[in-house]
Order: sequence, then C-alpha cells, then structure tokens
Amino acid sequence: MNSEFKRGLKDGLPIAIGYFSVSFSFGILALQQGLTIFQSVLTSLTNITSAGQFAGLQIIVAGGTILEMILTQFIINLRYALMSLSLSQKLDKKVTLWQRFIMAFANTDEIFAVAMSHQKSLTMSYMAGLQLLPVFGWTAGTGVGAVASSLLPDSLCSALNLALYGMFVAIVVPVARKARPVMCVVLIAIVLSCIFYYVPLFQSISGGIAVILATVIAASVGAWLFPVPASEKDMDS
Amino acid sequence: MVYVYIFVMAFVTYLLRVIPLTVFRKKIENQFLCSFLYYVPYACLTALTIPAIFSSTASVISAAAGLVTAVILGFWNKGLFTVAASACVVVFLTERLLGL
Repeated sequence: MNSEFKRGLKDGLPIAIGYFSVSFSFGILALQQGLTIFQSVLTSLTNITSAGQFAGLQIIVAGGTILEMILTQFIINLRYALMSLSLSQKLDKKVTLWQRFIMAFANTDEIFAVAMSHQKSLTMSYMAGLQLLPVFGWTAGTGVGAVASSLLPDSLCSALNLALYGMFVAIVVPVARKARPVMCVVLIAIVLSCIFYYVPLFQSISGGIAVILATVIAASVGAWLFPVPASEKDMDS
Repeated sequence: MVYVYIFVMAFVTYLLRVIPLTVFRKKIENQFLCSFLYYVPYACLTALTIPAIFSSTASVISAAAGLVTAVILGFWNKGLFTVAASACVVVFLTERLLGL
C-alpha cells in the first residue's frame, strides 16, 4: 500500500469515529420523521454533510418546495465552495481533473481541516485515504441508527436527538470564544432565529427560509463590521 | 417524491464542492465576500441549533440542560465526540430525574 494512502487512512480514522456517532443520530431522526432505512442511508451516502442533511430532512418532512430545498442547501453548504477553493490551491501538480471530481465529493468541514493541516501538497492517494473511512463511517452510522431506531426505547432516542446539535455547538463555541467577531455573529444569528421562530408576524416563514435569512443577515453584518484580514482567513483554513 | 428531494440535496451540495475545485482556480479577492463566507458556517450552525434544539428532546428542560453542557464543554475546547456524547448523557439523566 502506498504510504500517502496509509497516512490518509490514519488521519481519517478519528473523523470516521466521530461521524459514525453523529450520523447514528441522523439515522434515528430520519426514521422517526418517516424516511425508510434505504432513503436515510442513500441521503448520507450521497450528501456526506451534517447540517445540510439535517435541514434537508426538515424540509422533506414539512413538504417544502424544491426551490426552498435548493436555497437551503446552497446557503448552508456555501462554505464548502470556499473550502474547495482553498483546497484547490494546495493540490499536488499531478492531480488530474477527474481526480478533482472525485475528491470534491467528500470535502467536509473536518476532512478539509485535516487536509489543510497536512504538511505536504495533497496527492490523490492521500485524499482517497483520508476520505475513505469518514465516508464509510458516515454512511454506516446512518444505517445502524436507522435499523436501531425501532429497537431503541424512546428515552434513548430523545437523548440521541441532541447529538447533532451538540456537534454544532462543539464547532461554534471554541471559535466564538477566541474571536469576538464570531461571537457577535453568533449572537446576531441567535436573536434573528428566535425572532423568526417566536414573533407571530414572522411565523409564516418556513424553518428553512428562516435559517437562510438568519445566516445571510448575521454573516453580512459580521462581514460589514469585522472584515476578515487575509492572514486570519488562512489561519482558519 | 422523497427521492427527488434527496437527489436535489446531493446535486446542490456536490456542485458547491466540485465547481471551485475544477472550474475556478483563482483566489477570491473581494474582502466582503471572503469575510461573509468566513462567518457563514458559524451563523448557519447557530441558526440551525437555536431555537430548534429546544423541541428536539422530550422536554425543553432536558434540551436546555444538554445545550448548557455542550456550551461549557465547547468552551473548554473538548472534541466533537466528547461534547456531543456528554450532552446526550445529560439529556438522558435529566429526563430520568424529571420522571419522563
């Protein structure tokens, strides 16, 4: 086995374990909301993204429009465009166009973060090794969660429903603690999201659109008040 | 119909990942756009979490207990798995205490 591939596998293993546990709760939730086991596994295998799938599931359950689905996925997953852009600057010269098509598929927040901290330029072997186990963990976790959902008592399902949110909090809070602008953006997003949810005037706005509006407004205010210097962006990526 | 939704989700997500990696190979120079994209994940994850988290479990109280646990552990820079798992455990124990 190629040493770059092996190194990738080793770097991907902890990500895969984390993904398994979170996608397990996605599988439970998807079944609770009425998807079949096959549909929930298919969703995870084809999307490999937590926030997007989670929001997408809400739209499916609510019977939202396709336009709403496109907009929600676009806004929630817009960050991947930026990550792919950064990743493209770090690829080895030997990486071909069709290899780029393959490695784009599972460019998740965590895989991106690990790839960017890799010491050398990124080869196809390394990226394949890095992505293999997390993709497997994400898909398998969903399947196991979906199968187990009917066997698990309600009390456990209720607790596991919080796993996804716990992971979101674990991504946001450490950064918000370090960077005051991020803290401000987070607080603005909380206020807006609650207004859209609780104020009667806005209750005709569906959940997906409310997330988009809160995200776009909070991130715009952040970009306007606290432009990010180039060096900080590199540090983040 | 569910399959149409799944296909649309997967297609949009893949396009966002693949286009910058294959078509655009230049760096984004616009500072507002760069800054906006930098803040998007945090704003988005926050809006997804609050207030939806409060109706995700059997009781608002257990959800709040889980959220507080996650925020405290996140503040201490604990990993994804530790934070998520601990929050779930706290929800479970809180609901047992409440007798749900």
